[in-house]
Amino acid sequence: MDSYTIIGAVSVLGACLCMGIGSIGSALGEGQAAAAALTAMAQQPDEAGRIRSTMFVTLAMVETTALYALLIAFLTLYANPFWNYAVNQ
Amino acid sequence: MECRADFSQWFDLPWQDKAIGLENFDSIKLIDCGSFGINVTIFNSWLVIALITLVSWLVTRRISTGKNVSKMQIVLETLVTWMQNEAKETSGSGNRKYFSMALGLFCFIVTANLLTFIPWFRPPTASLSTTMALALIVFMAIPYFSIKNAGIKGYLKKFIEPVPLLLPMNIFSEVFSVFAMGLRLFGNMLSGVMFAGILSAFIPFIAPLTMQTLGLLTGSIQAYIFALLALVYTSSVKKEEELSIT
Repeated sequence: MDSYTIIGAVSVLGACLCMGIGSIGSALGEGQAAAAALTAMAQQPDEAGRIRSTMFVTLAMVETTALYALLIAFLTLYANPFWNYAVNQ
Repeated sequence: MECRADFSQWFDLPWQDKAIGLENFDSIKLIDCGSFGINVTIFNSWLVIALITLVSWLVTRRISTGKNVSKMQIVLETLVTWMQNEAKETSGSGNRKYFSMALGLFCFIVTANLLTFIPWFRPPTASLSTTMALALIVFMAIPYFSIKNAGIKGYLKKFIEPVPLLLPMNIFSEVFSVFAMGLRLFGNMLSGVMFAGILSAFIPFIAPLTMQTLGLLTGSIQAYIFALLALVYTSSVKKEEELSIT
């Protein structure tokens, strides 16, 4: 196996693992946040609008962790510095 | 130096790229002059700025306080009042001086994100250079507003709180919280564009539409979050008496 094959295979595997493992925590957190917001909305329907907007903001904040994983996955797939190094050699 | 302009590239659909890559948006050069060039990100941000300026100019040209208020004036007034209230709530005191920067950021990002309903439009916010530039604005604004509020002593005091031992951590969090703002916006917009692109490669009809509608929602929420975080960070250092009011 030359370096191309190893770098390519490890990049794809790494990107898949990165997304898979990285999104678990964010998904659980988003689910809990949404569940809590739904409970609050059911208890206080008058405040539903405010709770909903706060929930959206919180969800977007929680989602950030998964997006970092996505960025790393993109980096390993499309802008891998080691790949360019291997090509230039 | 020889320049050549090729504006037909603007009409390439984002998902028709041979390889969808991170640097693709910045590498499509509409005007190419060797080392210097205007890429599609810069061009699209100019479009967004021109659109905002045009709409604001058209509306404020015939501004009135009487009974005949145009519809667009009501829209803009609602926007300004809403952001003023947000600034008031965030900074805790009745201080509204932070809101103009946040409103500017919000207008730029929300226009750039919502214009993605045009199929050819590559949002400038899906490029890391744009979002990092926006984050740099906030990064520069934090010391400015903090020193203006609490003096240079009050600003530097923030770094040694609660104990001086945490100085490196405070500096790190100061830099990275702003850095994360840019990354968050970039990641959200890029994932929206790429997901719609990948989906339309499999199912060209209807299915990408749902994802793009979701992308419009995400885009507005991200613009709101960016403006809100800018408000929070710029108003984080306050005078002692201002703090007591909250």
